[in-house]
Amino acid sequence: MNYALFLGCTIPARSRNYEMSARRVAEKVGLSLVDVEEFVCCGFPAKNSDREFSETLGGYNLALAQQRGMDICVLCSSCASALTETAHRLSSDPRARDRVNGRIAAAGLRYDGDVRVRHFARLLLEDVAPETITSRCERDLTDLRVAVHYGCHYLKPSEIYDGFDDVEAPDSVEALLRLAGVDVVDYPSKKMCCGGPVLPVDEKLALAVAHEKLTQLRDAGAEALCLVCPFCSVMYDGNQKGIESEFDESYGLPVLYLTQILGLAMGFGRKELGLNMNVVKTKKLLARYFE
Amino acid sequence: MERIDLDAADPGFAEALASQPGGERIAACFMCRTCVASCPISAVDRRFHPLRIIRLALYGLKQEVLASDFIWLCSSCYACQERCPQGVKISDFMTLLKNLAVKEGHVPRGIRAQLDLIREHGRIYPIDDFDNKKRNKAGLPSLPTSCDVVAKLA
Repeated sequence: MNYALFLGCTIPARSRNYEMSARRVAEKVGLSLVDVEEFVCCGFPAKNSDREFSETLGGYNLALAQQRGMDICVLCSSCASALTETAHRLSSDPRARDRVNGRIAAAGLRYDGDVRVRHFARLLLEDVAPETITSRCERDLTDLRVAVHYGCHYLKPSEIYDGFDDVEAPDSVEALLRLAGVDVVDYPSKKMCCGGPVLPVDEKLALAVAHEKLTQLRDAGAEALCLVCPFCSVMYDGNQKGIESEFDESYGLPVLYLTQILGLAMGFGRKELGLNMNVVKTKKLLARYFE
Repeated sequence: MERIDLDAADPGFAEALASQPGGERIAACFMCRTCVASCPISAVDRRFHPLRIIRLALYGLKQEVLASDFIWLCSSCYACQERCPQGVKISDFMTLLKNLAVKEGHVPRGIRAQLDLIREHGRIYPIDDFDNKKRNKAGLPSLPTSCDVVAKLA
């Protein structure tokens, strides 16, 4: 089955490592991702200032996928939540659908409400057999101690996500890591927000939120943090140095995307997975596999 | 905590909120503070206090709520909404308040900047030729460097 690949804004400009590794993993397990050049912002960054405009953007993107007869695969959790929420509203609220259709008609589109939106990690769990994933894994990662940060919008609001994972006891990403043979580390603040959405409003406050988790990860003995969202990566990878100097800490914690870790297990090389593009250097962590 | 002036209250505010998405259940709040205990922002900065915002709104203190910076400190993480025993859609309620604040002209510069970028470029990180060069080098396809359609949608 083909899925329309929704990249969003952040990934193509700032997280090429996520995009590269996701495409590699998708190909390896037989998920066919189709590029749609016309996609625009998912609407998430506009939701707080103008919810109706946010829904128009979402409806436009959904209609593009509908036109191609495809469901949507997203890599970013914020895109997942904004598009899924809009899809739910447009299929359950005829007035909202009429309003959005009134807008997107200007682009020659119409949305009737039957496109499914799912995060890449969820697709791996639901549409790929576990044996397919395990059989593609050829590199032994059993000595790699990885902790998972789920982030918020990958799972919440739960009412739009058909209960594919448990908000209070999430396991879906860890389940995928276990299939790849990774040693998963637990820690107390696993469900805590990264603070990212507050970054454009109060940078110091956002960094303080991320600081909490980084400290707990260090104390739990994690060697790397696994993410499924580029916004969370801005906080933990992009801003890790800033957090270290702001709070007089030292972490040096490599932050990898789920797809980079799965890709590693599947035998891809460092550059093929963009592991040279992560802000906190991954070379030392991965030396055991490449030297 | 500073004193609040109930004479400044707008008696119709709570009702107006209750008729919009996110505001439906706010009157059911019985002040258990599960929202505060779940809030990652309250944990590091006591200025942000979801229960206080709900109470101010219920008292009708419209200006106090909409002109404050507090509502913008909500990270929309949904922890409170998932756990509220009274079914108050607290995160959706915060979104409603932020939308109303913007209509009244109260919007943080960073949020305004994101909205302007989307309206002009269709994305918060516009793609230029240099980005495409880097994408191609990484084996990724080029993306459009301009977006005309978004002006038609706004």
